[in-house]
Amino acid sequence: MLRAAAAAEQLAILALARADSVPSFAADGALSPPEVFSQQLVTGLSNGMIIALIAIGYTMVYGIVELINFAHGDLCMLGAFFALTAVGAFALDGASGAGGVVGLVALLVATAAFCGALNWSINRLAYRPLRSASKLSLLVAAIGASFVLVNLGLFWGGLPMEVFAGGTSAAAPKAFPALVEPKPAFTVGDVIVSRPDVLVLAVTVPLMLALTWLVRFTKLGKAMRAVAQNPVAAALMGIDVERVIGATFFIGGALGGFATVVYSIYNQTVGFQMGYRMGMDAFIAAVLGGIGNLPGAVLGGLVIGVVRAMSDGYVEARWTNAIVFGILILILVFRPSGLLGAKLREKV
Amino acid sequence: MIRRTASAAAALALASLLAAAAPSGPRASAPPFLTIVSSLPRTGSANSQTTSIVNGIKMAIEERGGKIGDFEIRYEDLDDASPQKGNWDQNIEAANANKAAKDPTCVGYIGTYNSGAAKIAMPILNKAGLVMVSPGNTYPGLTKPGAGEANEPRIYRPSGTISYFRVVPTDDIQGAVACEFCAKDLGSKKAFILHDRELYGKGIADVFKKSAPGMGIEVMGFEGIDPKASNYRSLVTKIRSTGADVVFYGGTTQTNAAQILKDLRSGGCKVPFVTPDGTFENAYIEAAGKDAMSPESGPVYITFGGLPSEQLTGRGAEFVERYKKKHGEVPEAYAVYGYEACKVLLDAIDRAGKKDRATVLAAVAATKDFEGALGTWSFDENGDTTNRLMSVNTVKDGKFAFVKAAGGGAGQAK
Repeated sequence: MLRAAAAAEQLAILALARADSVPSFAADGALSPPEVFSQQLVTGLSNGMIIALIAIGYTMVYGIVELINFAHGDLCMLGAFFALTAVGAFALDGASGAGGVVGLVALLVATAAFCGALNWSINRLAYRPLRSASKLSLLVAAIGASFVLVNLGLFWGGLPMEVFAGGTSAAAPKAFPALVEPKPAFTVGDVIVSRPDVLVLAVTVPLMLALTWLVRFTKLGKAMRAVAQNPVAAALMGIDVERVIGATFFIGGALGGFATVVYSIYNQTVGFQMGYRMGMDAFIAAVLGGIGNLPGAVLGGLVIGVVRAMSDGYVEARWTNAIVFGILILILVFRPSGLLGAKLREKV
Repeated sequence: MIRRTASAAAALALASLLAAAAPSGPRASAPPFLTIVSSLPRTGSANSQTTSIVNGIKMAIEERGGKIGDFEIRYEDLDDASPQKGNWDQNIEAANANKAAKDPTCVGYIGTYNSGAAKIAMPILNKAGLVMVSPGNTYPGLTKPGAGEANEPRIYRPSGTISYFRVVPTDDIQGAVACEFCAKDLGSKKAFILHDRELYGKGIADVFKKSAPGMGIEVMGFEGIDPKASNYRSLVTKIRSTGADVVFYGGTTQTNAAQILKDLRSGGCKVPFVTPDGTFENAYIEAAGKDAMSPESGPVYITFGGLPSEQLTGRGAEFVERYKKKHGEVPEAYAVYGYEACKVLLDAIDRAGKKDRATVLAAVAATKDFEGALGTWSFDENGDTTNRLMSVNTVKDGKFAFVKAAGGGAGQAK
C-alpha cells in the first residue's frame, strides 16, 4: 500500500500518455501454421539443448557412482547467482562489441569453474565419506546437499547488491541482464531465430563435441569408462578411482555452469527456486535417454524440450507436465533402460 | 473549533446528567456510551498503513462530536499483530474478537486489515451478533458464494445471518475492471487470457473472460500456465499465432508474471500486458528488468483494487485535505477506507432505533446509497460494497505510475 502512494507521486505523467500515444497493436504478423510449427521447434530445441547440457552432469555422475545427484539443479542455480554477481561486479552488461564477447566468454568459463569446483567439493565433503554406505544414504545425502544449496541461494539473493535489487527481497526472482540481446539473429518468414537461440547452439554443440572427445580419446576418459564399468577392477588396474570420480563431478558441474549461464541469458530471470525445475527436467531427460548414457542424455534433453514446446503450443500449457511425465512412464514401461540405454544387465 | 468543543462538552454534560437523572436510553440498563472496536495489525510492517486507518476512524468519530444521540461513542484501537510475527497473529485476532463479543457496550467491530485474520474473527463475531466492517479485506471468498472454497462464505456465518461487510472492492472485480480498461482505453478486440491456476489468479482471469464478450473483446485463448516453468516462449508463439492484441495474466509476481512479460517481449510480441495487483509491487519491476519494462518494448498495465489518496475527488479529496491539515502528511491509501468504514457504522448506529447490536447490524445491512468519501454506494446482499472504484497503473522509469481511475460502478464522489 506504500507502493500506491509512490505510484501517486507520478500522477498525470501518464494520464494522457496512455493508449493513444502507442501505435495500434495490430497483431504482429499472424503466423501461418507451418511457421508456428517451425517457431515452436526452434523454441523446443533451444530449451532442449540447455536441458541436455544439465542432463549430462546428471548422467555422468550416475554412470560412475550410481547416484542420482539431486543437488545438481540447485548447483546450477547457485551458478546463476554467481554469474549474476559477476555481471554486477564487473558491469558486464555495459560492455558491448568485442569487450562484450570477451566478457561473455570469461563469464562462461568462470561460472563453469565455480560450478565444477562446487560440485567437486560436495562430492568430497558429502558423498565420498558415504562411498561404502548403502546407495540410499548417498541419495539422502544428495537431497540434503540440495537443501543446503537452496538456502545458500536464498541467502545470496539477499546480499545488498544492485543486481539483487539491493537485497530487499531475497526470495523474489531477479532480472538477469540480457547480455545477448533478445533480438532476431535472422528470420525465416515470420519465424524468429533470436540471438540467444544462436548462443545456445554456439555453446552447447562445441561442449558436447569436446566432452565426446574427452570421454573417448583421452586417458582420463578411458579411466572414467573403466570406473563406470567396474570400480574394483579399475582400482586393481592402478586407476585412482577417487580422483576419477572427483574429476567426473568437476566436469559434470562445469557443464552445468555453462548451461546455467546460457539459461540465465536466455530466460533473463534467476531465482533461488529455479534449480528444482532445472534439475527435474534434466533428470527426466537423463532417464529418458538412458541414465548413464551421454548421447542418451542429449537426445532426452532435446525430446523433452521439443515435447514441452509442442504441448504448450498445440495442447495446453497445463497439460505439459502431465504429457512429459506420461512419456517418461511409457518409455520406462516399454524400454526400461531408456531410449539409448544399454540392455539392463543385472549386477550381482 | 473552540465553540464546537464547548458545545460538545455541554452536550456531553447534558447527556451524562440525563443518564444520571433518569435512564433515558432504550434499555433501562443501557450504559450511556457505546463502544466501537478496531482490530488491525499495529505492530510490524503494516504500521504506517494502519496508523492512518486509525486516524481515519478517529476523524469519522470526531466529525460527529464523539457522540450519537445520547450516547457517547468510545473507540478502542486493538492490535492483532504480535511482535514475534511482525504481522497479524491468529491467536491475538481471536482474543480481540472474543473481547469485543463479550463487551456488552460494543456495537461495532472495524477490521480486519488482512483477509486471513478476517477468517478468524468472522465466525466469533457472527455468533455474538456483532457487526463487522472491514476497511481492507479483498479476498472474495469471505463474502461471495462460489468465489472461494466450497464451504465459503457459509463457515463464516454460523448464525445464518450476514454480519460482515466491507467497504473495499474485492479482488475478483479487478478482472472486470481490467477488461473494461482493455476494451475502452486500449481498444483491444482480441484478448489472450492466462492464469496461474491459483485461487486469486484464476478467479480474476475467470471474471475477465466472462466480461470480455460484453465489452466486444473476443477471447483468443484461456490457459492455465505452469508457474514454475523456466520460460514461456512456446506459449508466446501460440499467442502470436492467434493475433491477440492484448494479453491478460491473472497471477502474481511469485507465479512468474515477469517471466511471461520477458518472453512476450523477446518473442517479438509487443501487445499490452495487463496484470492484477498481485504484481503491484516493486519486486515485479525488478524481476522484469529494465528492458522488458521500457516503453519501447510495449505497454505494461497493472490494476489495483483501490485509489491512491491523491487521486480521490469530491468528499474523498475533502477528507484527504482535512487529514493533511490535522496530521501534516498525505494519508496512506487505506486511510479513507478506515474513515469510510467508521462513517458507515456511525450512520447505521444513528439510524438504528434501539442502540443494540441486532438493530445496528440490521441498519448496517440496510445501508443504501450511502454518501461517503468513496462515492455513493450501497452494501449488496453479500455484504460487499457496490463501489468498484479502482486504478490502472503502469511503469515509468522503473516506478509505478498512476494512469487512471477505473471501474467506479457507483461513480466517483461528487
